[in-house]
This record gives sequence, C-alpha cells and structure tokens, in this order.
Amino acid sequence: MRTLEPAHSAPPRREKAPPATPEKRSKATRRNRDRWHGLLMSAPGVGGLIAFVGIPFCYAVVLSFYNVRLGSPAEPSFFGLEHYRRLFTDPDLSGPFLRALLNNLTFAAVVVPVQTGLALALAILLNRKLKAIGLFRSFFFMPVVFPMALVAVIWRLILARGEEGMLNSALNAVSFGNWGAFDWLGDATTAMASIVVLSIWQGVGFQMVILLAGLQQIPGDLYEAARLDRASRWQQFRHVTLPGIRGTLVFVALLTSVLSFRVFDQVYILVRGGGLDEDATRTVMYQAVTTAFDQNNIGQASAVTVVFFLIVVALTVVQRRVVRPDNED
Amino acid sequence: MSTTRTTVRRVADYAVLSVLAFLFALPALYLFLGSLKPSDEVLSGLSGFLPTNLSFDNYTAVFSSLNSESTGYFWQFMGVSVLVAFVVVTGGLVVNSMAAYGLTRLKWRGQGTLFTVVVLLMLIPFESVAVPLFYMFNGQRNTVYILALPFIANAFAIYQFHTFFRKIPPSIEEAARLDGAGPWRTFFAIIVPMSKPVFASVAILTFLIQWGSFLWPVLMISDPSVRPLPLELSVFQGQQPPDWGQILAFGVLMVLPVLIVFALFQRWFVQGVASAAVKG
Repeated sequence: MRTLEPAHSAPPRREKAPPATPEKRSKATRRNRDRWHGLLMSAPGVGGLIAFVGIPFCYAVVLSFYNVRLGSPAEPSFFGLEHYRRLFTDPDLSGPFLRALLNNLTFAAVVVPVQTGLALALAILLNRKLKAIGLFRSFFFMPVVFPMALVAVIWRLILARGEEGMLNSALNAVSFGNWGAFDWLGDATTAMASIVVLSIWQGVGFQMVILLAGLQQIPGDLYEAARLDRASRWQQFRHVTLPGIRGTLVFVALLTSVLSFRVFDQVYILVRGGGLDEDATRTVMYQAVTTAFDQNNIGQASAVTVVFFLIVVALTVVQRRVVRPDNED
Repeated sequence: MSTTRTTVRRVADYAVLSVLAFLFALPALYLFLGSLKPSDEVLSGLSGFLPTNLSFDNYTAVFSSLNSESTGYFWQFMGVSVLVAFVVVTGGLVVNSMAAYGLTRLKWRGQGTLFTVVVLLMLIPFESVAVPLFYMFNGQRNTVYILALPFIANAFAIYQFHTFFRKIPPSIEEAARLDGAGPWRTFFAIIVPMSKPVFASVAILTFLIQWGSFLWPVLMISDPSVRPLPLELSVFQGQQPPDWGQILAFGVLMVLPVLIVFALFQRWFVQGVASAAVKG
C-alpha cells in the first residue's frame, strides 16, 4: 500500500524488485564483469556516506551511553542510560530540554499548516496563464535563495525593539501614534511567533514551487468538464484541485514538519546577537549544539541528537499512518 | 458579456498578485536599500525605506574594515565559501552520479542491498550526526577541507540521479555494449551527456544548501581565516555597536552570487526544486 506521495515520489520498495533479466545466457558472465565496475563506481559515494553518515550515526548512539567530555583528561566512562534519564528527569537539564521539545512542537504545529496553506494559496494564484506570471513566481521564490543567517539579520532589524524598529514604526503610523515600542524578539510571548514569521517568509516559496508543479499535472480537461457541469470555483477547488494534488500536499506537509524540527540557524544567531528570548525559542538542535560546543559535553549532546532522530523518524511514521485512510479511496 | 468579466478578473488577479509580491519583497528591498544608506539611517523606522543619501560607502567600508588578521579579510571569507561550494558541488556531481549508476544500472550481486542502505541513510538528517562528527573530527577544526568533506557524498543526490537514470531505456546501454564500450565509457560518454537536466538541478540545489550552510561551520570554525560567509555574518552582526549599513552591505555581497545564479538558471532552479519532490 502506498501511503505517501502517491503517483509522485516512488517508494524505495519499488526499486528492490529483482533485476529482471530476460536473457539468461549472458547473465552470469555479465554479473561477473559488472561486479568490479559497479563496486568501483559506487565506492566513493557509498564509502563517503558510510564514513560521514552511517558511522557517525552509530557513534552518536554509542557516545550517548558514555560520559565523554571534550578536552577533559578523564577517560570516557560508561554511563548507561544516565544521559537520557537526566534529559527527562534532572531538573537542571530537563527544564531547558523539555522546553526545547515543546518549542519545536509549537513551531511545527503552527508552521506546517500555515506555511502549507499559504504555499497552496500562492501556488493556485500563480497557476494561471497571465503575462509576466514567471516574474511573480520568481518574486515569491526569491527568499528561498537567501541564506538563513542573512534572513535572521534582516528580520532582526524589522523586528527591532524601540521606535526605530520597522514593524513598530509601521504600527505606530497605522495607529496614529498609539502604538508604543514593543520588543518582538525579546518578549517571551512573541519571540517564537517572530521566528515563525521569518521562517515562513524564507521557506514558503519552496513549498509553493513544489505545489505548483503538482497543480500543473492536473489535466486541464478535468476543469473543463467541471465547468460544463456548472461547478463553481469553490467546487472546482474542492473536487478537482484538492484530490489532484493531495499526494503533493501530503508530501509538502511531511517535508515541512521534518524541516521544522531541524530549526537552528535563525535561533542561534538571534539569541547570540539579536536579543531573542532564549527560553521561548530554544530548539532541540540548539540544545544539542550548546551542550556539545559550550559545555563540551559530547555524551549528553549525543543523547539529545538521538532523541532528535527518533522524533524525526516517529514523525515520518505517524504522518504516514495518519495519511493512510485518506489515500485508500 | 464574459469578456468584460474576464478583463475585470484579470485586473483583479494582477492587483492581488502585485500587492502580495510587494509585501513579500519588502524585507529584501530593505536589505538592498539599507546597504546603500548611512548606518544611522538604516534602523530608523519607516524612514529606513526612504532612498536618501544613497552611496556605496558601506561596501568600501566592508572591504576596509574586514582587512586584518584579527577580523579576517572579506575576500578570504568569500574565497572559503566559493571553494567549499565548488568542491561540494563538483565532487558531489561526480561521486553521486557514479554511485547512482553503479548501484542501479549495472547488475551485480549486492547492488540492491547497497542501494537500500543508501535510501535508508537518506532518512538521517545531517543534524543528527553533527555532534559525533564534531567529536570525531575535532583535530581537524579550522581547516577548509573539513567544511567540504562530509557533504560530498549525498544520499539524496544519489536518489535524484537514480530517478533520472531509471527513465533511460536499457537499449541505449545494450547498443553501447555491442559497440565494445565498457560501463565506464558508457557512463561518461553516453549517459552523462544525456542527463544534463538532472546534473543541473542537483548542482543548483547542492550549491543553494551549501552556500547557506551554518551549523557545521559554527561547530568547526573559530579562526577567521577559514570562516565562510554565513558564519562571518553572524559574527559581524554580533559586534557592539552593530554597524548596520556595513552589515547589510555584507549581506548583499553574500546573497549576490546566489541571486545571479538564480537569475541565470532560473528554469533549472525551480525545476530542480520541484523535481526533487514531485518526480523524486
């Protein structure tokens, strides 16, 4: 049963079909001949992946069971599940860590529906045969090419506290001087919202382009038939557009939720230089980096990383489950 | 009757799109305008949008203020970023396309298993190996090659190449074989030239991600002489008091290469991003 991205991203399973070889005669010799070539060709890529993804990943699991500190003269000692216990029950550690988990969840819970919805609206708006539509499309896509570090700096100025911040100044003008200065990044109630807004600004074009490609695969005669049946625009959207891009939509939502657990750059930069409220915006990756880098506590940071990975995998699995009934029509 | 309605609708479409596009472009506009304004006029409310006192002074100031051992040199930051992106993109194209071809188009025992391993590794985001990598390569901190090395082999790129190669009819390879071409020649002389679109989209996507890369440099780099642009931007904006004109000018210089690539290869850009999801 295909559960995710039907008709699009091919599930890896499909590739595992046994190599169909209609001509059996030369099969044995060819296998022999290709073996070394195949191995040699794939060796750099597969080797690199094993060295820089596979081994480090296993190493993270191992390290999370040890008390390892960078620059410490003490030998690493076996720690069992102590790091994990501390993450969830030691008040000193679990406070920030659970807060980071909660922040990530909040971020995902807001960003996934809002960004996907916005991207869909933009994609539908831009899926027309208008002159200069390409120009509009590139306008909305442009922030995607901005490095997140730069996006953070631009929004640091827009959201700056005091009268001189762009947003404060605009609100002040709109409210005829009744809006006072507000510290968007520094106030715990709006800090996360600020991160959400700047992240959506940077990322929505990406989702939009994917959805646009999905929209363009819906055959035009479906709309024609709908119009012949006097379907309203809303009915066309409901009964032609939505079913047509459901697979893409699910894929985009999944992608966005995994991406939203990887949030790090903008939080790190704005906490360090922009007066961003640290506790309201710390993320799991932020915890991992500060634990490893500032506290040199590699074992503890590895445990954070392992939890991070489990969440990403769980998210993928849960989302596939949730989506399944929808696709079995 | 319907022509006036379609005209009205068309005008309305343009109006909505223009307003949205304008709002959307405001932060970018602010960046470009601010980089041309005196520093004390950048952060001054709505008047930050007024195109007054424009000059390239901030740009010259960036070059003159980032011009010593302790601050690092602007061209050094740029050079590190360009070099790392170049190595990751070109190295990645060679290594990953070869791996995709060797794993999925040549027939040998173990290919299926190895390809499954690659697909599984695709599930592991870089973030979850950053800490152990940081620990493993601690002796290599502050070197340029460690910035590039972990990103050359890329499971997702292999997968993208595979989805393209899959659509090439096997008869082409058979014919090459009958002409006496081995797998290597078949790959480099026949498969690669006919796969330009996938090479272009993988290259652009890799470049885009690499150019903005931040997490790994944060962990590995403290020495200004090997600092890539995004990391330097975060250092630059953290200095007190911040010189906003210069910081924004630095930001423009940093995003300009990507914007140029974007403008030149827009079609590939958008296609590459979309194909990564829809076709993939």
